[in-house]
This record gives sequence, structure tokens and C-alpha cells, in this order.
Amino acid sequence: MQALVVAAHGSHLNPDASSPTYAHADAIRETSAFDEVREAFWKEEPHFREVVRTLESEEVFVVPLFISEGYFTEQVIPRELRLEGWDPALWNSDGTDASQVTLEATDVEKTIHYCGPVGTHDAMTDVIVERAESVTGDPDVGDGVGLAVVGHGTERNENSAKAIEYHTERIRTRDRFAEVKALFMDEEPEVDDVTDYFESDDVVLVPLFIADGYHTQEDIPEDVGLTDDYRTGWDVPAAVDGHRVWYAGAVGTEDLLASVLLERAHDAGADVDDVVESEHVVGGDTDHDRKPTTTVGD
Amino acid sequence: MSADPIPVDAILEAAADGGIEFDGLRITAADDEYSLETPDLHRTAPSESVLRDILETIPASVTNWHYWQERVGGDGTARRAFLRWCERAPIAGGDDGLEHVSIDDPLTVSQRYAGLQEGIDREWGQLAITTRFRDLDDADTDGERVYDCWHVADADADVADLEVFDDPRDARAIATEDADGRYRPLKTAPTLASGWAFTGLSGDELVETVGFFYPATIANWHRELHGDLDISHWRETAARQTGIYDILEELPREALEWVAEACCVDTECLCRREWHYDEDDELAVDGGDGPFPCREPCSLVVAAARQWTILESERERTYELEVTPSELNQLSAIVDAVAEDRTDKIREADVGDGANRYRARYLRAKRFGADGLKAVERTNE
Repeated sequence: MQALVVAAHGSHLNPDASSPTYAHADAIRETSAFDEVREAFWKEEPHFREVVRTLESEEVFVVPLFISEGYFTEQVIPRELRLEGWDPALWNSDGTDASQVTLEATDVEKTIHYCGPVGTHDAMTDVIVERAESVTGDPDVGDGVGLAVVGHGTERNENSAKAIEYHTERIRTRDRFAEVKALFMDEEPEVDDVTDYFESDDVVLVPLFIADGYHTQEDIPEDVGLTDDYRTGWDVPAAVDGHRVWYAGAVGTEDLLASVLLERAHDAGADVDDVVESEHVVGGDTDHDRKPTTTVGD
Repeated sequence: MSADPIPVDAILEAAADGGIEFDGLRITAADDEYSLETPDLHRTAPSESVLRDILETIPASVTNWHYWQERVGGDGTARRAFLRWCERAPIAGGDDGLEHVSIDDPLTVSQRYAGLQEGIDREWGQLAITTRFRDLDDADTDGERVYDCWHVADADADVADLEVFDDPRDARAIATEDADGRYRPLKTAPTLASGWAFTGLSGDELVETVGFFYPATIANWHRELHGDLDISHWRETAARQTGIYDILEELPREALEWVAEACCVDTECLCRREWHYDEDDELAVDGGDGPFPCREPCSLVVAAARQWTILESERERTYELEVTPSELNQLSAIVDAVAEDRTDKIREADVGDGANRYRARYLRAKRFGADGLKAVERTNE
């Protein structure tokens, strides 16, 4: 038997923080690719400490639903899972390369395949592009359009920005969008000045965050100038400094993210070939579908 | 619906392949002769066909074996143990001799088969769980159990008055908010909203449902049942923290008693606290008496204890303030009302209650300034 554990942050305060986790886990449940699928959290239950013991499977694939390699993926999750012999060096990553490492946990007799976070997987690039498509309602969006990949960024962890820059560069090399830029909340270049960095009239803003919350639903909309007061909402697109900015919240709510979770487990040796080859996991019930009222490039 | 034949083929196969010892049914095979025992019967069968004939006369034993061995399976798993517990069967399949707060005298197969007609009831936190036969008309020849799960407060309610679910995942939404719509970050808080029912669940679905209501409680109960619950006491938990929780080790020993009294008693959490300050340094506060154990400080306790660690780092001072005896009592009443979560139950005009809103506003108007309560720090000079 094989099990998938989706390891996410969760929240003591915000019940919506875990919604994407449940939605993606449910989408994977529907595929029957795993005998067991569990959500696990740092701030909700089951906690990382106790999730693996709820499984009957001998092989457990743990995929962190986090954007970047860093404190949670390198310290908190492995420690709380009690992964024996864990060392971040085992991932042999320079910040975006972590794939998986196979270890045992000290409290259960199981094999744990501890995977890199979803945020740094190559398939995440496609999720960002798909998000741009769904926000604009245009499956061919790109021509004459700028794309801003927005991350938290933090001076404390260079990997936070690396994940954003990694996907930005990958999208840029596809020559699909007129311009592609990485912008941040807590470091330069800042998302507040988004219109300074783009010449295109239309700019799609895709925040590389797992869940919608304070940052994606309050901070960014106000800082960018989509709205003066997040509580009143904003238009998609919104007019900002002569540009049209297309924004609809955290990329982590994109249905396709379930496929990235599967890809991570697949890379780690999970027997999910049939599902991964079908290339499409029907998404769960996420609530990101803010339908545009205008056509991009109009 | 016509009765299906009693499923004897699988049990015959198992009997020939090493014999059977399960739930009071014992079949041994030697030299093509079978010996069959139940609590009420002892027969020998010179051939498999005779054994078949005998088995067809004891449908309860046969279908019971079939349900547990062929349908539930999972020998040694927490899932199986929990489902056995639900119908008050011996957990380990025979004389288990297990001593545990959740275990009472197990029932025999015939007692259970009588009970499963109406349903056998259990409580797991605020969940009422009933195990019953799926098909009452063919109970003896079918033996398939189904499970109903609802709130203990609705135990006597008519199912027609409840919102009925059949997908275990629906439990997540029910468990998310209390009856007042407030987010429940602690799943084992005794604030589960009522008014719903899961009916006709399979065993796997019941375990999944309970897992969504009370994550990991079955696994930890099962470990405790077998004496191998891995408890992480406070000191160990505090020592492994990093980041913003790194300071937890600085929480004074006596403050942990207050933490436990604030967070871990039965009125706040249905888990039975088994962790202490350290293995040989027990907390005086009662840990509760629920069926499932709490094996280490949870993330809410850790987060709250961080706040208390910061607050406890302040030096105590002595203040002078002027209040009447009744006002002093009123301060106690206000703290008590908040601590007991009864502020919303104090009637608007009940000015006899010190925690009444008007009483609190009056006290604020009289004794509080822009910076809060008017008090002067007393110095030793």
C-alpha cells in the first residue's frame, strides 16, 4: 500500500487557510492513485507529528504544500515527522532542486519518501501560466501581455526569492509573454511598483502563494493599487497607472496544483504512472474563479 | 430481497488451511476430520461436506467470521480495533485481557448479534456511534455491519430532523465551526456543532469520518491500548522547538500548571492529557477522563505557551488602586465570565451580574483612564 501526505501550514485563526490543501487532496483521492491520502498541518490537525501513524500503508510519500525550500521544509516538517537521519544536505539542492529523500521515521515502521515542496517543481511553471490563462479567460494569453510572478521574498531566506525567480526565468524562455518579471512583497523589486516594471498595457499578476489570506487578499490588492480598501473588492482587470492589472489571488488554489503534488510523489517513486500520464487531475472545489469581465488585449 | 446463502466457502477454505480460532469459533482439522467448537456447541465432522452442513446451522458464527476476516481484515490495525470496540467485541479477537479506560466487558457473538438488531451504541468524544446490521431481514445470513454517527446531543433526535451525510469528507466542514459560527482550531474542543448525521457508513468510512472529526485519536488510542503510546512531555516538547517557539524552555515550571488548567481540562479539550512537565514530574492539574489520550502538547498549547512565556518574563510589581469591595469582586466576575465563555449568555439588562456589559462600561467610566485601569505602581522608596 502507498499513501500520500500533503503537508501544509494551516492556521489557528483562519479556517480558509487549509481549503486548498483539502481541495487538492480530494482531487487526488478521486484518482485512486494512492490507497490513502491525508492532509497534515503545522497549525491544524492531524499535526505533522501524528499523521503518519494514522496510515496503514508501508510506503508514505510526503509532499510539502509550500512554495520554497526553507525553514518549514528543511527544519520543521522533517523534525516533526521524526525523520531519522534527516539533513537538508540530503536534498543536494541549491534552493530549487530538492526532489526527494527516502528515510524512516522513528515512531512508525514505515518508509517515508520526503519530497521537495510543490512550489519549486518544474510543473509549477505550468500552474502559473494556467493561472494567467484562467484569470484572463484567455487560453492563449501572452502576446503583448506582461506577467508578474509575485512572491513573499524575505531577506532572511534567499530560497524564498529563488523559487519565484526560477519560474520567472522558465516562463521567460518560453517567449510567450511580452515581459516576465519577478516581484516581491518584502524585497526589491517590490510589487507595489508593479506598473513601473512593465511597458505592456496588460499585466497579469500571479502571486506564488499557497493559500489566500492576508497577503493575497488584503496586502497585495491595496499595495498594487487595485483597490483602496480590500473589503470593497477590486475589478479584474483593474486600472492602475494606465495599465490593466489582472489579479485573482494565490496560485496555490489553482486546480492544476494537484497534478504537481502527484508529480512530486511520482518523482519519488510512487506508483502513479497511470494518473500522471493522463496528465490531468480534475481539480477540487477551490474558490478562485473570479471571472473577468473584459477580454485581455481589448 | 431474497436471502443470500450463508458465505461458508471462505470459512471452509480457512478451516482446511490451518484451522480457525476466532471470536469463540474454533475449527481444527486433522486427518480429514474437523472439530468445531462454539460456546454452545462441540461437534466433529468426518468430512468437509458435513462441516458445511454444521456451519449452515450456526450462521451468526459464520457471518461474524466472514465480516471480520474477509470484509474488515487489517489484523492488528487501529482501524480494526476501533470497529471491534464499536460493537463491544473483544479487541484482539480472543481473550484480550486489555485494561483501558475505554474498555468494558466485551460481548460474545450471540450477545452482539442480538444487540446489532437495534444497534450497539458507543461515544467517542462528542460523537455517538451506532453499529447495526445493514440488512435486518437477512441479518443472520449477511452479517454486514453499517455504522451511524451523529452528535451525542442528537442521540435521541429523529434522523429526519438532522442533516444527513454519507461522505466522510463532509465531516471536515461540520468540524470547522462551532454552533455560533466561530472557527474551531482545536478539533477535540467540546464545541462540535450538532444537527447532522452520517448514516449507513461502511467500517472504512466510519474510521475516515472519525478521523476528520478527531484526527489521530484512533491511532493514539490503539497505541495506548497496547501500552505503547509514545508520550512527549513538556520539557522534551519545549526543547525541540525552534524559530519563534525557541523560548518555550523558559516557561516557569509552575506556569505549566496554569497552562494545563487553562487549556487541557475537559471543559476545553476532550483529549485525556497524558503528558506532564517531565516523565517523573507530574502536573497536579487533572488530565481529564476521555477515551482517547493526548500524547504531547498540541500546536495550540505550544502557541499559547509562547505567549505566556513572554508574559511570564515580566517582573512582578505592586500596584495601588482604589476600588470598592464590590468593584474588586466585579473584576473577578468579568475574568470568570470570559474564562468560562459565558459573556454572550449574560442578559442585556442583568445588571446584577458583575460581567454585564453595562456594569463593565460603568466600571470603565469610573475607574479607567486613557491607558486603562487607574493604578499607581508602589515603589520601595
